[in-house]
Amino acid sequence: MSLQVELEHQRNVLIVRLKGELDHHTADIVRFRMEDAIMRGTVDHVVLSMRDLNFMDSSGLGVILGRYKQLKAKGGKMAVCDVNKNVYRLLELSGLFKILAVHDNERSALTSLEVVS
Amino acid sequence: MNETYTANSMSMAFSARSENEAFARIAVAAFISQLDPTLDELNDLKTVISEAVTNAIIHGYDSNPERMVKIEATIQDETVHLVVSDEGNGIEDLELARQPLYTSKPELERSGMGFTIMENFMDRFEVTSEPGRGTRVEMTKRIESKKALFN
Repeated sequence: MSLQVELEHQRNVLIVRLKGELDHHTADIVRFRMEDAIMRGTVDHVVLSMRDLNFMDSSGLGVILGRYKQLKAKGGKMAVCDVNKNVYRLLELSGLFKILAVHDNERSALTSLEVVS
Repeated sequence: MNETYTANSMSMAFSARSENEAFARIAVAAFISQLDPTLDELNDLKTVISEAVTNAIIHGYDSNPERMVKIEATIQDETVHLVVSDEGNGIEDLELARQPLYTSKPELERSGMGFTIMENFMDRFEVTSEPGRGTRVEMTKRIESKKALFN
């Protein structure tokens, strides 16, 4: 019942696949893994892939917002994809869709970011 | 079937440790499952429990694992009543704390959405707090039980 974070680099885009449950307890794992990868410098943009994310609460919103700010400071963009209904509702309620592009799948998220880079 | 339906209750207390957030969600979900809720209803209840318990741990107890978070759940007919309470720091300004996106701990990457989510996901939501004494969140939601269709 924890969280797995899978990272994959595709050119200048970091794909982050979240599997399991993202809450206050597991938010730090996401924070540190992503912070580290973004700081290394080869990452311009991030795709958060949420197909296997079974649960998320406001701690997840906090960690997403934190990484968005980190990326924005470097001039990068963040997109989310494969968002289930419950996660979608949280992102909508918090207004995060004003700053994050939402896509159906990784491929369309990647395509959109490659156009802007 | 004219059985009288008295309330069904449970209560639990656990250490203010973040690893217990998942435990609290699952325990409450298991208790509620007798109402045969939809997956969405179950998710709503798990989310609000997670929010209230996280608040108690982080804000109520400053993550001190020696303190205890309490949950009481009651099922009355098709309605679920939840109480999450702590005997911790309390909240100085409830009006401010309830503002969407406000957080007293931005350095911890809190989103400030906890109370807003609880208000949105439940039918009734109430928070009372006394600085130095603790915080109590009470929430109610009616489950559109699938069982009701057969009665």
